[in-house]
Amino acid sequence: MAIFGAKQVLWRSFTTVASHPLRVCIVGSGPAGFYTAEKILKRHQGSQVDIIDRLPTPYGLVRSGVAPDHPETKNVINQFSRVVQSGRCSFLGNIALGSSISLEELRELYHVVVLAYGAESDRVLGIPGEDLKGIHSAREFVWWYNGHPDGRNLDPDLKSTDTAVILGQGNVALDVARILLRRTSELAATDIASHALTALEQSSIRKVYLVGRRGPVQAACTAKELREVLGIKDLYIHIKEADLKTTPADEPSSGQRELHFVFFRQPDRFLESHDRKGYVSGVHLEKTALKGVGSGKQIAIGTGQFENLSCGIALKSIGYKSVPVDGLPFDNQKGVVPNVKGRVLSDNSGDPTSVENGLYVCGWLKRGPTGIIGTNLYCAEETVASVSEDVEQGVLGAATESNWPKPGREGLLRILEDRKVRVVPFSGWERIDKEEKRLGSLRNKPREKMTTWEELLKAASE
Amino acid sequence: MSRAHWFNSLLYLITKGPILSLQIMLISRLCRVGVRVAQELSRGGYMYMTRTRYHTQGPCRQYQRPLLELLPETRAFQSAVLQKHHGFSTSASDGASAGGDEEKEAISVTFVSKDGEDIPIRVPIGMSMLEAAHENDIELEGACEGSLACSTCHVIVMDMEYYNKLEDPADEENDMLDLAFGLTETSRLGCQIVASPELDGIRLAIPAATRNFAVDGYVAKPH
Repeated sequence: MAIFGAKQVLWRSFTTVASHPLRVCIVGSGPAGFYTAEKILKRHQGSQVDIIDRLPTPYGLVRSGVAPDHPETKNVINQFSRVVQSGRCSFLGNIALGSSISLEELRELYHVVVLAYGAESDRVLGIPGEDLKGIHSAREFVWWYNGHPDGRNLDPDLKSTDTAVILGQGNVALDVARILLRRTSELAATDIASHALTALEQSSIRKVYLVGRRGPVQAACTAKELREVLGIKDLYIHIKEADLKTTPADEPSSGQRELHFVFFRQPDRFLESHDRKGYVSGVHLEKTALKGVGSGKQIAIGTGQFENLSCGIALKSIGYKSVPVDGLPFDNQKGVVPNVKGRVLSDNSGDPTSVENGLYVCGWLKRGPTGIIGTNLYCAEETVASVSEDVEQGVLGAATESNWPKPGREGLLRILEDRKVRVVPFSGWERIDKEEKRLGSLRNKPREKMTTWEELLKAASE
Repeated sequence: MSRAHWFNSLLYLITKGPILSLQIMLISRLCRVGVRVAQELSRGGYMYMTRTRYHTQGPCRQYQRPLLELLPETRAFQSAVLQKHHGFSTSASDGASAGGDEEKEAISVTFVSKDGEDIPIRVPIGMSMLEAAHENDIELEGACEGSLACSTCHVIVMDMEYYNKLEDPADEENDMLDLAFGLTETSRLGCQIVASPELDGIRLAIPAATRNFAVDGYVAKPH
């Protein structure tokens, strides 16, 4: 009922407005969201864009995904800040799609809704033992060391083992391996979360295995990341699948950190510890062989030969997965929203004519969880091109002769106020930012991240 | 050739050992990324897969590049090298804006936009093309602000003659270029092309985005 009442009031006030600007809501403030906002503002000079995010802090994975020892990759934040500072775009944090506001309500409030909220879940292996203690998804682990408030309580046990196994060999897997093995003195000068730095300083992990079910050719990591990990000081790198000539002088000294690349092994099940019930003690691996399945693609086939790899902690880095919301068509198999060039389709049939009017997707939610920050540039261009086409053809009823107004930001804020949602505007983020930088300067870090919801919301409103 | 072939190539190179002529033969066959990684690892004494100090005795020392260009062991050193590139252009432009040097030399550069429009500009010697584009409101993305952590400032040098005048890209640049969309034989990162007198008249095309955008690693055929 509240929304109907709000609508009445706002309709009356808006009929007096001569021109009706295009009102756009982008859900998700990571690279996909910000590039989309930038391009919409450029193509539609009179538009009003709101970027909402469920966190009080913007920038998505740039803040919570990029590793602490990759600060240059985060420079794009400067460009994104300028988009908001231009004045035609607002950032509204602490608004969760689904609980604070529904998708249906957003589509009533705005001409255009672009979903760019990425992938906050994980692919699962679906093997026995997967729920043993000591097994985490890489996504959670990354959230933990990057200070994401939802990763704060992960509390991974790095003290009861010297070996970690990482399943997967993409860039995220390499990030995790690097953070586990890097000298903590180097990490201390980054924006790594303090609780993670402390845990790593006390960590007994000295050996990390990066396990891939296929071979080095298929490894998903890229040259930069591999080159970087090979360049880490005092780290013994071991690659088994080659006829290596080693001399005794090349063997690792005791206590030295080791990174092992293991190929052609797929996990069959996790092994449970005898001493500590409910805890993982290793991974039962099956040797694989490659089989071509046409067009140069090779898949891994089990050979029936097995071996065990002991470990006290296992991290699954096998891919992220998007989460659907009520009222949103979703392809559960691919883990994406069915779409054509960013226009959301009503079902998974692939029929390009059954389009959800005014609803678009961008980023991982559209393409699947792959690619780098820059990949979203092109993704956003495509989605915004679709939006612009629809605007021009009068499909959205905005900014054309026969248009109808939408309540937009004012309507959204009115509803959220009724619901007692504490919206964090960009100025709130700027307060958080300033405080984090101040705290960081006391410890020779670029920033000291606040890692709990309470701290963040408090700093935002001070 | 798949960009992931470098890994296979590096292992192949390692198993064959430090035989010079064999390396030359292999190198000529490997894909661009494979060459770079393989070279780097063979220089660093990687055959035994132990990361010892950089200046270990290696069999192909005459192929070693001068110290400063070499891949550093520590991240700190690496940043210092990157800042050397980045700092060069910023300090040069600071000089330009600091006033007083009215006769500072500049070259003519023409950017060709995604729509095929020619945009001629003047670029002071020492300024990077990325910076020059931004100073002239030319739409060239620069997500990482010139720190070799992205490929968004990717430009295509339109004339081979000018492309050959440029210094070879560093490994770090090549790593990023490999991820660039619409990569060609004469592609470079705009933040790494620094204006110098012999580049006067250079034409740089900004790649157009198409529907077939790639995820990391895909290398488009040159055109």
